[in-house]
Amino acid sequence: MNFRKLILPLLIIAFALVSCGDNHSEKEGSNVSNQNDEAILGAGATFPYPFYSKVFDVYNKEKGIKVNYQSIGSGGGIKQLQNKTVDFGASDAPMGDEELSKSPAPIVHIPTCLGAVIITYNLPGNPVLKFTPDMLANIFLGKIKKWNDPNIASINPGIKLPDLPISIVHRSDGSGTTYIFSDYLSKISADWNTKPGKGKSLNWPAGLGAKGNEGVSGLIKQTPGSIGYVELVYALQNKMPAAQLKNKAGNFVAASLQSSTAAANIDLPADMRVSLTNTDAANGYPICSFTYLLLYKDQKYDSRTEASAKATVDLVNYVIHDGQKYAESLGYAPLPEAAVKKAEEILKSVTYGDKPLQ
Amino acid sequence: MIPAITFKNNGINFKEKAFKKTLTLSAIVAVIILIAIFFTLLINSFPSLKALGTGFFYDKTWDPVADEYGALPFLVGTLLTSFLALIISTPFSIAVSIFLGEYYKKGIVAETFKNVIDLLAGIPSVIYGFWGLFVLVPIVRIIEMKLNVPPYGVGIFTSSIILAIMILPFSVSLSRQVISMVPDHLKEAAYSLGATRFEVITKIIIPYTKSGLFAGLLLALGRALGETMAVTMLIGNTHLIPTGIFSPGNTMASVIANEFSEATGKLYTSALIEMGLFLFVVATVINIIGKQIIKRFTL
Repeated sequence: MNFRKLILPLLIIAFALVSCGDNHSEKEGSNVSNQNDEAILGAGATFPYPFYSKVFDVYNKEKGIKVNYQSIGSGGGIKQLQNKTVDFGASDAPMGDEELSKSPAPIVHIPTCLGAVIITYNLPGNPVLKFTPDMLANIFLGKIKKWNDPNIASINPGIKLPDLPISIVHRSDGSGTTYIFSDYLSKISADWNTKPGKGKSLNWPAGLGAKGNEGVSGLIKQTPGSIGYVELVYALQNKMPAAQLKNKAGNFVAASLQSSTAAANIDLPADMRVSLTNTDAANGYPICSFTYLLLYKDQKYDSRTEASAKATVDLVNYVIHDGQKYAESLGYAPLPEAAVKKAEEILKSVTYGDKPLQ
Repeated sequence: MIPAITFKNNGINFKEKAFKKTLTLSAIVAVIILIAIFFTLLINSFPSLKALGTGFFYDKTWDPVADEYGALPFLVGTLLTSFLALIISTPFSIAVSIFLGEYYKKGIVAETFKNVIDLLAGIPSVIYGFWGLFVLVPIVRIIEMKLNVPPYGVGIFTSSIILAIMILPFSVSLSRQVISMVPDHLKEAAYSLGATRFEVITKIIIPYTKSGLFAGLLLALGRALGETMAVTMLIGNTHLIPTGIFSPGNTMASVIANEFSEATGKLYTSALIEMGLFLFVVATVINIIGKQIIKRFTL
């Protein structure tokens, strides 16, 4: 066979394959398909997955309605909602104004629980250290290089700090945890705000990257003198040492479910798109965040039936009320009363055509 | 009788044709998939090609927050880990190949060794990563403390050692076969002239098989360039150009794996896809250079 003759058809077929691929990417996420018309489909954040999975399981037992939630990451959840392949999305960070304006229709944010990020370290004896915002920022900027630095010692009198270099461990994968942490650092440090700023992946000025909470904690456990950040849930499960942070009110607060919930005891905006880092709450832990379920404000789109719209809204209503009691035992901070009230109001504004669903 | 024979002949002809068609089709499909992957990467990296231009290839900053994307640190990391891994693994792979291709061609010992080495290729890379994290990293940290360099434990050197182990079976499987296929009459002629076994290996077997040995190394290098999971776990993932073999770094494959799933924004996603394209091109170029060297060897 003459292979020169083959080259042209080969190229044509290859191009055809590429264009097929393109069509698919437009409808990205059709993998979460409607296997079961009865089931409510959701996709998004991995962080609240154990909580959602418990609540949805109980919901299925009580009401007989199946919920299929895929924890593919916040970014993926938003994309799938925008492509209307799921009934609801889920995200750790609220959607930005630009992202919202690019969506095909208005989207509402319903907070479901709170997460927090703790600062953990590996020092001889693992004493409970106190950190001020300045000190924390300067450590992660690589400006404070030794554990026995006078800046650290003056805030932690009575604790014997070793003459060890500080090795920083951060997340290497794009992550909501990094987003919350860098959001906090951007608020408290002007230097951090200009560079590296806040995001899910950063151009870190110093330190090593490790994949996932387990990677970060693994590297910290192995490296004497290391410091890093992980999710509160993960730290509680693995009994990791955690620092007390000085919040905006000037109190040193340890990370816990109570202090996370307390951080949300502030004047919340009506759309609930709010950053909970460094809040005014006196007893609040300063590095917290809501995690959200995302819905279209008008549920009448495409060929969506009123029944499935109603089922979705009922489910979300269940999560913010009855579902809250499962949060604490799984390591998630429940919503404070005021936040539940606000979430209810938002849910009442969700309609099917002109008809409210709650 | 005659019609029956023609019928049978037709049957054979049909089978023959169908068989040939299937073979041709499979070969073509492989080529098409490769070309299609290339164009998919190319088309999806247009936004970043347009916005970043050639700066993508030599800029040193990778900053998703500021939307600045330069792939140089990762290119350096990829080449450094892969070639270092090749240098570490080559003496072992040639030694093992001679051992299995010349000294112990048959028997229980040979079979056991062959299977064990093939098994190395079947271990998932995440397992290599974990093993590296819990066994290799502490050892490297001790070495680093002795050498008075920052004792990170993770970094280019650690990743290269893991890669060296991971790519070993690929070069061994090819090298072993070419060594065992050296014609007996060549070796016997050398022995008859009074050559020792060592002389036969260095003067007959290695010169005779060098193109095959090199092809084995090339195969291994290709594997090292694209390895992702184990490297991600051990390289330290910093976006800086590595300053030495003990410093942390990052590779192209590992940046893609780390950041793609949560990448938002058109330019960011596109820059990551362009990195994939760049890796594809780098691997292809190295392969072509390797093939040229093999050709020169065989002449």
